[in-house]
Amino acid sequence: MSEVSVTKDAAPAAEDLVVLDNVNKHFGALHVLQDIDLKIARGEVVVVIGPSGSGKSTLCRTINRLETVDSGHISIDGKPLPQEGKPLAKLRADVGMVFQAFNLFAHKTVLENVMLGQTKVRRTEKQAAETKARALLDRVGVGNQADKYPAQLSGGQQQRVAIARALAMDPKVMLFDEPTSALDPEMINEVLEVMKQLADEGMTMVVVTHEMGFARSAANRVVFMSDGRIVEEATPDQFFNNPRSDRAKDFLAKILHH
Amino acid sequence: MNVLLDHLDLFRDGFIGTVSLTAASAALALILGVLIAGFRVSPVPPLRAFGTAWVTLLRNTPLTLLFLVAFFVLPQVLFPGISSYVLGVLALGFYTSSFVCEAVRSGISTVPLGQAEAARSLGMTFVQTLRMVVLPQATRTVLPPLSSIMIALTKNSAIAGAFNNPELFSVQKVLSDKGYNVMVIFVWVALAYLVLVFLISGFFRLLERRMEVAR
Repeated sequence: MSEVSVTKDAAPAAEDLVVLDNVNKHFGALHVLQDIDLKIARGEVVVVIGPSGSGKSTLCRTINRLETVDSGHISIDGKPLPQEGKPLAKLRADVGMVFQAFNLFAHKTVLENVMLGQTKVRRTEKQAAETKARALLDRVGVGNQADKYPAQLSGGQQQRVAIARALAMDPKVMLFDEPTSALDPEMINEVLEVMKQLADEGMTMVVVTHEMGFARSAANRVVFMSDGRIVEEATPDQFFNNPRSDRAKDFLAKILHH
Repeated sequence: MNVLLDHLDLFRDGFIGTVSLTAASAALALILGVLIAGFRVSPVPPLRAFGTAWVTLLRNTPLTLLFLVAFFVLPQVLFPGISSYVLGVLALGFYTSSFVCEAVRSGISTVPLGQAEAARSLGMTFVQTLRMVVLPQATRTVLPPLSSIMIALTKNSAIAGAFNNPELFSVQKVLSDKGYNVMVIFVWVALAYLVLVFLISGFFRLLERRMEVAR
């Protein structure tokens, strides 16, 4: 009897790494996420754009349950998001997150920031963790800052360290919550380049951003949100050159011609 | 004659008594206080409720009343024949733990929420997040109020003297019973407390300077 429902529940295809199914969330009276359905395939780069307050950051944060949802289902790699506790922590280790405000651990050096998750969560040997951390720091171009504290680095450098810290966990998917919004203009590119490189290497990424250039060049798919709903989903070419919805046309007109 | 020089051993025992009571109950208060603060910010509702009840009950009870409970109720109900030193440490430690808890909790709330979010998103558990990321950064903010709490504890330990514990303040009673001038005794007792309190605040100032974190 139960076999029927099991086969039905195991519906998400193997390629779908992140699945949001009919997700709703309220902040008090505000309905920030309304009936969100979103599937992200393995290796896909999805860029979420939209006006402020459209719920795109909240959407990003629900994927690793930094925000809880009121209804609907979210699953990662076929497993539904567990409740608070050890299983959730375990799942979060597989989901890298990069924040707008960097959130590097202020009391730890850059190197320790990148090692902490490896040694305490993955239980990696200290020596191996350090080797890996240094390699990652080199890769994002801040290898020579390893022994400094986060406050001694520029915003762009801090954000690249944050990316290295997330990558150190070998995540299945990376979430970027407006990673360049707190940066000075000249530092935005150095972060975007690291992200572009990551996308080219086949990392599955969900990127909430206002950087249309990045969306054009790196995204497989653009998701446009407005007032808590996904209004439009399209390839970057289609979306930027020929948006279907009025809301998206209006948004693009405002940001592209000024 | 000089009351201090004539009874140096008595003063010394009293001083040691105060130091020992203070140190033991400070250790107890710190351990319990940090633990209960963890309870109060934990995601588990029963633990939060326990923490709130602990603080409400102990912080709002007069210390003397706690001593009365510890000395006249506790031995009857639970542990007969327990020493007055242990009872004194328990009463002082439990009482002070509620203040330590609130100081620690205020320190925790000064650490930006993003720090805990970053730790959780790396897969760290609540306890790991608190122990490795939040508490180390809260420590510096907690030190000044903690210093005040420890000074208060030192002076509060005098109440244990009234409950059959040799310590500084009880020296006064012994000597005034012998007919010495109370005012002179008090001057020496006060000086001894002053030495202790200066040591404590100096120690905390040293810690504070060591823990400066660049942000």
